[in-house]
Amino acid sequence: MRSAIILFPGTNRERDMAAALKRASGRDPAIVWHAETTLPAVDLIVLPGGFSFGDYLRAGAIAARSPVMAEVVKRANEGVLVLGVCNGFQSLCEVGLLPGVLMRNASLKFVCREVKLEIANTQTPFTHAYRPRQIIRCPVAHHDGNYFADEATLDRLEGEGRIAFRYAEGTNPNGSRRDIAGILSERGNVLGMMPHPEDMTDEAHGALDGLGLFRSIAGIGEMAA
Amino acid sequence: MTDDIAITPALVAEHGLKPDEYERILGLIGREPSLTELGIFSAMWNEHCSYKSSKRWLRTLPTTGAVVVQGPGENAGVVDIGDGLVAVFKMESHNHPSYIEPYQGAATGVGGILRDVFTMGARPVAALNALRFGEPSHPRTRHLVAGVVAGIGGYGNSFGVPTVGGEVNFHRRFNGNCLVNAFALGIARSDGIFYSKAKGVGLPVVYLGAKTGRDGVGGATMASAEFDERIEEKRPTVQVGDPFTEKRLLEACLELMASGAVVAIQDMGAAGLTSSAVEMGAKGDLGIELDLDRVPTREEGMTAYEMMLSESQERMLMVLRPEKRAEAEAIFRKWGLDFAEVGRTTDDLRFRVLRHGAVMADLPIKELGNEAPQYDRPWRAPAPLPPLGPAGLPGTSWTEALPRLLGSPDLSSRRWVWEQYDHLVQGNTVRKPGGDAAVVRVEGTEKALALSVDVTPRYVEADPYQGGMQAVAECWRNLTAAGADPLAVTDNLNFGNPEKPEIMGQFVRAVEGIGEACRRLAFPIVSGNVSLYNETQGEAILPTPAIAGVGLLPDWRLAAALTFAQAGDEILLIGAPAGAWGTHLGQSVWLREIAGREEGPPPPVDLDAEKRNGDFVRDLIRTRRATAAHDLSDGGLLVAVAEMALAAGLGAELAEPRGPAAAALFGEDQGRYLVTLRTDEAAPVLEAAAAAGVAACRIGRVSGRAELRVGGEAVSLSDLRAAHEGWFPAFMDAPDALTD
Repeated sequence: MRSAIILFPGTNRERDMAAALKRASGRDPAIVWHAETTLPAVDLIVLPGGFSFGDYLRAGAIAARSPVMAEVVKRANEGVLVLGVCNGFQSLCEVGLLPGVLMRNASLKFVCREVKLEIANTQTPFTHAYRPRQIIRCPVAHHDGNYFADEATLDRLEGEGRIAFRYAEGTNPNGSRRDIAGILSERGNVLGMMPHPEDMTDEAHGALDGLGLFRSIAGIGEMAA
Repeated sequence: MTDDIAITPALVAEHGLKPDEYERILGLIGREPSLTELGIFSAMWNEHCSYKSSKRWLRTLPTTGAVVVQGPGENAGVVDIGDGLVAVFKMESHNHPSYIEPYQGAATGVGGILRDVFTMGARPVAALNALRFGEPSHPRTRHLVAGVVAGIGGYGNSFGVPTVGGEVNFHRRFNGNCLVNAFALGIARSDGIFYSKAKGVGLPVVYLGAKTGRDGVGGATMASAEFDERIEEKRPTVQVGDPFTEKRLLEACLELMASGAVVAIQDMGAAGLTSSAVEMGAKGDLGIELDLDRVPTREEGMTAYEMMLSESQERMLMVLRPEKRAEAEAIFRKWGLDFAEVGRTTDDLRFRVLRHGAVMADLPIKELGNEAPQYDRPWRAPAPLPPLGPAGLPGTSWTEALPRLLGSPDLSSRRWVWEQYDHLVQGNTVRKPGGDAAVVRVEGTEKALALSVDVTPRYVEADPYQGGMQAVAECWRNLTAAGADPLAVTDNLNFGNPEKPEIMGQFVRAVEGIGEACRRLAFPIVSGNVSLYNETQGEAILPTPAIAGVGLLPDWRLAAALTFAQAGDEILLIGAPAGAWGTHLGQSVWLREIAGREEGPPPPVDLDAEKRNGDFVRDLIRTRRATAAHDLSDGGLLVAVAEMALAAGLGAELAEPRGPAAAALFGEDQGRYLVTLRTDEAAPVLEAAAAAGVAACRIGRVSGRAELRVGGEAVSLSDLRAAHEGWFPAFMDAPDALTD
């Protein structure tokens, strides 16, 4: 699987992500600076976590207007897999690849803790390695993870199986509507999620529950290659 | 000199300089200083930058050892961790600014210490903090806790360093001065350490990072004075942090260092441009000439005085190899940072500052740093306190006392705090906050570093010498309880006004205790910071010499946890005094919370026993015999058992305590640990302990029942959990918090 991580000034979880990709696929991802206007040929583009541009203005708002994003949108529209985690999810919403918005946490505070996630749809390129309705452990670490969209959009996301992950067992850490933790684009090739599966992929993390996501992607990538 | 402002005695006093210190300046330069020069002297000679009251005593501390690569005197200490890698760490206070403006004060405290670490060429991999606030009922306390915690999180989370541990305590004596001590640890290659000493004449001095503004002008001088009722007026002396710029500065600096362009580098911390330039020149026996017209500024019309004293954040000064200038500039431009050649090194040992073509300061550079006044201030050791008699102690049952202790301000869970810190970023956190020591894996190796910050201010108040030793011993013990070999420490010595002999006495005796413990435990001090004048309207804080230690584990998989592993495991108490589980209630949390008394001497520290007990416990962990380990500290044995049980959701069944119950269960005797073992390991381990001269006894078993039982009585884990987890959120979220 060939992958690329987009690096914005202020990104800070690119190393965690690179390690997880390497673990799952055996290959180091390419690191692409936000000012680039082209991308290498890859199966997966990742927008990692962090505080791109300091989260000034709005989380993900300035990253969404970075030069490289035009190419990310183009690739997404061609069907290339795109994964946005945390700040990456916020940026994918800001650039319009995913619907809705991530508001400030209901507690108004940053929250870093482990939550439970239900795999709400296993028929996706990102989740097929998991069992249907499987509950996994996964950490969150964010200040703006409170997913919001209007009722019609939420109904549509649910109806089309585009909710990939939900906070389970009462662990919703941020007030997200309908316990939404991760959603897919209409075509199913773009996933945005607030939790950090990359920080649950190594024995040292205390569990390997996040590895299924990267193995799922690696499987698809190899098939396409 | 062309400031055209008369230097009056009042102006000198406003700069925090005493009349005899001003006389010294006149003697040094042979004329009246300009205003800019007066500002430069005040910046270099204040307590915060010059250590003028403390230096004489700091020199007595042990700072060398087999692993020490760099001791005190640089931006941070450096120790060897093998594999061609070094750990770089330091702790620093931001007490005064945090009390005035808690969010920015704490945030810039974190920013400053991170900068100290990456200035040395290390990528920051972990942060800790030690926080002290006034009593919970004080009207300002909640506002300070909320602001400081948000500020630490706001900066560290955005920068991308995991904040993995720390301390939070409350006491009336911090009502008027909170303490914010921030620690950072970085990893560098042993052949990639950078220093502040400039080398070579005529080389470009380059300014990097953020622009200079008027924020923080005079901050270091403010931090060297007591507070009075007018502190609100000092708000403009607090700097404003920008973690996004700091993150870019980190990446740009590491990229630049890798390019081979850097001769010397110094971050601009306290006293900004002044102290960074003087330090680089003075250390390298070189003069420095700065042309302030080239310094990037955020505001129009800044004077030389303002620019030299500004404490705007996220700035660096470097001496560069001229042939690499273009390459260096390109790196900084890529990261969107300012890059300006603002001066050059000279051979005349002068510190010369130009503004609009005029010389605004022309001072002897070596003397600015080295000739700062040094004081051997009079001191008086406090009288020892009489031992605490058994008379008048309440007979409160343990079933009532334990929930009260676990739900008290000082012993309740700090989850409310550490969940606001990203403690996982970088993906190397092996032991999260809430245990004895945090453990982070050293990326690219199997190794891990254990970190802990400790001090018990009420012990230091009661007996500074024992209290100083205890701070070191507890830190060493926490690292040991994680299975690590303690390597070295950084200290942050927070005290009141050193001009008072009783305060100076606390300082002297505490430093002596720290020195003794560090020598005997082979735990050298490699960096540190002193914060004096923590007083408000004449009342000093509790003396708080915080000790942050770093230990090394050969394999992160060996890191112990305090979590009970399985029902049936035997619980052993290591290091208990003969014939009892515990004996010492003087200055204990039990005495304060249950009896309402803060009395008696603190528990004495026996360094030989500490070493023996700790080495024994570490060996149990390393050989995988201990299934869990925890050191005993505040609250004593039963609080420690409860913490192990709550972490695991497993209960414990203890025998009838040995000795009088309150002292056995809640005494704070030093040098003790709890370890759990599989049943079949207990007998051989007890034998081994006896052979090693280590006191050890069985006290009970881990149980599958969700309760803590001692003899015939029990308390449910759910009651204990409710008490333990409940206090902090209830305190912070009480309705009147909205009016803060």
